[in-house]
Amino acid sequence: MRYLPHSEADRTHMLGVIGARSVDELFAAVPASVLDTFSPDLPDHQPEFSVEAHMRALARQNHAAGDGPFFVGAGAYRHHVPASVDHLIQRSEWLTAYTPYQPEISQGTLQMLFEFQTQVAHLLGMEVANASMYDGSTATAEAVLMARRITKKNKVILSGGLHPQYRDTVVTYLSGLSGLECLAPSPEGQGDIIDHIDDDTAAIVIQTPDFYGHLRNVSKLAEAAHAKGALLIVVVTEIVSLGLIEAPGALGADIVVAEGQSIGNPLTFGGPYVGLLACREKFIRQMPGRLCGETVDAEGRRGFVLTLSTREQHIRREKATSNICTNSGLCALAFSIHMSLLGERGLYRLAKLNHARACALADALATVPGVEVLNETFFNEMTVRLPVSAAPLVERLAAGGILAGVPVSRLEPGKPEVENLLVLAATELTTDADIAALVEALGAISGKVGTGFPVRDRDQKETGELA
Amino acid sequence: MTTRYTQDHEYVRLDGTTGTVGISNYAQEQLGDIVFVELPAVGAEFKKGDEIAVVESVKAASEIYAPVSGKVVAVNERLADEPGLVNADAAGDGWLVKFELSDAGELDGLMDEAAYTDFAV
Amino acid sequence: MSMNTQGRPTAPQAVAVGSPASGSALLPEEALLFEIGDRDHSGVDLPDVEVSDDRLGGLRRKTPLDLPGLTEPEAMRHYVRLSRRNYSIDSGMYPLGSCTMKHNPRLNEKMARLPGFADVHPLQPVSTVQGALGAIEELARWLMELTNTEAVAMSPKAGAHGELCGMMAIRAAHAANGQTHRNIVLVPESAHGTNPATAAFLGYEVRSIDANEHGTVDVEAVRAALSDDVAAIMLTNPNTCGLFESQVIEIAEAVHEAGAYFYCDGANFNAIMGVVRPGDLGIDAMHINLHKTFSTPHGGGGPGAGPVVLSQALAPFAPVPFVRKGGDHLELVEHAEGGSFGRLTAFHGQMGMYIRALTYMLSHGKDGLAQAARDAVLNANYIKARLEDLFSAPFNGQPVMHEALFDDAFLKGTGVTTLDFAKAMIDEGFHPMTMYFPLVVQGAMLIEPTESESLQTLDAFIATMRELAEDARAGNAGRFTSAPRRAPLARLDETRAARQPRLKWVRPEASREAAE
Repeated sequence: MRYLPHSEADRTHMLGVIGARSVDELFAAVPASVLDTFSPDLPDHQPEFSVEAHMRALARQNHAAGDGPFFVGAGAYRHHVPASVDHLIQRSEWLTAYTPYQPEISQGTLQMLFEFQTQVAHLLGMEVANASMYDGSTATAEAVLMARRITKKNKVILSGGLHPQYRDTVVTYLSGLSGLECLAPSPEGQGDIIDHIDDDTAAIVIQTPDFYGHLRNVSKLAEAAHAKGALLIVVVTEIVSLGLIEAPGALGADIVVAEGQSIGNPLTFGGPYVGLLACREKFIRQMPGRLCGETVDAEGRRGFVLTLSTREQHIRREKATSNICTNSGLCALAFSIHMSLLGERGLYRLAKLNHARACALADALATVPGVEVLNETFFNEMTVRLPVSAAPLVERLAAGGILAGVPVSRLEPGKPEVENLLVLAATELTTDADIAALVEALGAISGKVGTGFPVRDRDQKETGELA
Repeated sequence: MTTRYTQDHEYVRLDGTTGTVGISNYAQEQLGDIVFVELPAVGAEFKKGDEIAVVESVKAASEIYAPVSGKVVAVNERLADEPGLVNADAAGDGWLVKFELSDAGELDGLMDEAAYTDFAV
Repeated sequence: MSMNTQGRPTAPQAVAVGSPASGSALLPEEALLFEIGDRDHSGVDLPDVEVSDDRLGGLRRKTPLDLPGLTEPEAMRHYVRLSRRNYSIDSGMYPLGSCTMKHNPRLNEKMARLPGFADVHPLQPVSTVQGALGAIEELARWLMELTNTEAVAMSPKAGAHGELCGMMAIRAAHAANGQTHRNIVLVPESAHGTNPATAAFLGYEVRSIDANEHGTVDVEAVRAALSDDVAAIMLTNPNTCGLFESQVIEIAEAVHEAGAYFYCDGANFNAIMGVVRPGDLGIDAMHINLHKTFSTPHGGGGPGAGPVVLSQALAPFAPVPFVRKGGDHLELVEHAEGGSFGRLTAFHGQMGMYIRALTYMLSHGKDGLAQAARDAVLNANYIKARLEDLFSAPFNGQPVMHEALFDDAFLKGTGVTTLDFAKAMIDEGFHPMTMYFPLVVQGAMLIEPTESESLQTLDAFIATMRELAEDARAGNAGRFTSAPRRAPLARLDETRAARQPRLKWVRPEASREAAE
């Protein structure tokens, strides 16, 4: 077998050294009733080409984002990743290294993490950032728990503009604890949180651009929160936006969490991604996850180590700030390389390009009869109200090769007020032809509104003429 | 002034009704370089055995338990910037907390210097 | 005070000997990105379009980004030079106990990059991702077959996230059964730190169980700790001392009799995959680290993936999302229904890791997986057999599973600590083993070779370890206390890093003034 170096002669020799007659003897501690007593209904080993054929067959059953017009966003975005990024992250020394617990022979990873932390801190406008979390949603949940520890208060308010799956993740993390208040979805971008802040509030959580694409000015919220001794947690799911939009830190955020996927990381059906978490320096001892810090070696040379580890589970055990252990090291590397390639100038241009493509999309959508763009402000994503239920429309367009966006009802089921809402994103990869194809398809359908176009109930079979 | 020790390596040095609490020299040696000390608020009240502080080295975080019951009247503010004082002078400048004792009788259950030296070594 | 781990020096003594290799052509030093790049460089060519403020709500950025850029040749050189300051599995043996540093097949990487997997959005219509759901379904079936369990929660992002998942399912099951008073979780002292951290995270009181003198947990010790208030036991099997918990079936029975559940930490599943099915041992939940057992790369710390297999008792409480067969197609259930405890993350989990793990499983097949487990166990026992006359094993006289555990008794009186010994291994070309874990052993050295090491490599490793042990006992402490001397850097001052945290690069004062 191609991954197992021993020959039978090697194994026999080794058993001789050990003084055992068979490998079974080494499993003597296993009760005989459960050892080798089964025959799994699974195939035996296969050559590389057979495995590859099998996997390619599965991959072919998926519609890749690059296969046609593509407007899906809602927390994960299709951006171009330079070829050099993927080449570099596949180098053995990055790919097959462990967590840098031996700093003398892990300076590559450690220096990279230090650079990553600096990039993230600058981008988010915060004083310190950690060495990454699993993703944006779990980072949000960790930030909420962190704010409760810092303020020693319980109440946490989640804005109605927070990504519904981020909200659901926070709800799960805090199940069993009191004080969580989730505001109703706010697709119009309405200010919804400020009146809920009181003296018991530990934190408010607001996303910008929010789930529906609206840009939220959080500076007034920061003032209101701070006046009551609460922290402002800002969530960013489209990190490219910060090339053009003011940093949350400059607007008064105390903790900023973000999904870093847009920089350097492919969509990959939802993971692995890279969570960013940054905060004010005075909160570092309440941060979850790994931190890399600068120091010197015995000869006075600059070097880097994982530091402040006493916050973490492997030392603090049941008193740790979080149970998190693994981070997203390789995705953080991809983020950091791509960000280095962009630099300040590249990121600014990329962000402007995204916004320009989104403006073109919004303008085009506004010309479709019956389609209403809900956003006055946006970065590269927006919500439209359709004259029909969004989910079946998206299915229909997908059958025609257009991936039109995310029906809000997919994430907020059972809420009639969002039934006709569709969230669409544009990026630097969105072409005029893509937009024209979408508008044409939408126009063909909306033209039928009021003339017998079937509005499909979620659970009913459709019988319309376009089926 | 009398100094008494707990089996958990804290000391309390009595001056009138005020007790100064820290960790023993033996304990600081065992912990290695102290990098951070978390102290309670002045005015807080503790019962004997409650967790009152945390002393962190690079690889360990150790809870400090109140050797006696009482009210915190002072904490060692210098440790915020100079946690290494605990290593350099555990019995002196590296003290952690000053207590107003609520029951001096509790000292009777603790070890004196000689007994502690026997215990720790 | 409590002292929960052994003190050890974290600020190095100055050493007289320089590191000769550092700075040479093959072992380059590398400046920080911020010292190389500047705001005028960029490695991407993008048009400079103008955008108006009309739709930006007055939020256009005013704070400078202060992010340096690199052109592509500069970036290649920076990251390649940095990479050469890393040890990796591909460059040498990486015997970190409990971490399962096995070979990462490159076919896995190639498959994960197929556009049909890499360029697919998690919120595309389900009809357009049937192959992705099929891959998840297929991996799930492998995991259930290999563990003899009823369900698997795929979405946890790493082992610790999996622990959270399993323990939340247990909490939900107790709640459904009217057993909310159960507030205690039993955890052996030798457990990974994530176990007590997870239990505490969920509000449980953690009670420690002592191991016996053989390094395993006695069913009697568990019985004594069980009560009507115990919600679960979290037991690692094979355990962190590298031993199979021989009374595990009796422990599971006792736990179930007491109305509690058995959470198994599956970090060490590599020793028994295809040979023993945890479901046959009576476990209720177990996370599987795809980045350990199923070869997805560690990537310098992540990402991982931690699917959790569940018994029939816990299956109804699994989190969303999950894949379900619906006639001739696959459905994705994204919203909690019935007893599901909810959602642990946005989207559907670590798809890129699933593809790698599935590719690995298909490559090995059921026969290859069992052979890999047997080779891993054979290798660990071979190392133990060839070192135990010089090294001291705390639990001797029995075969080990996938890792060999030694303590520091053999170093007594030499002036050499476990840490010094580990650093000396670096100078001899090996990554050190896991040190000072598990906590139940004084100065622990935990060696996990995995199945990936050839006999030749094992022999070279053993020869090095023996030579080092003999040299330490011969009184040459200086070689150890000054190590490493042949690494890019000597020992680092961790005390300084922790006392004055510098967590990001700060522009030196002089150049900042010059820039203004």
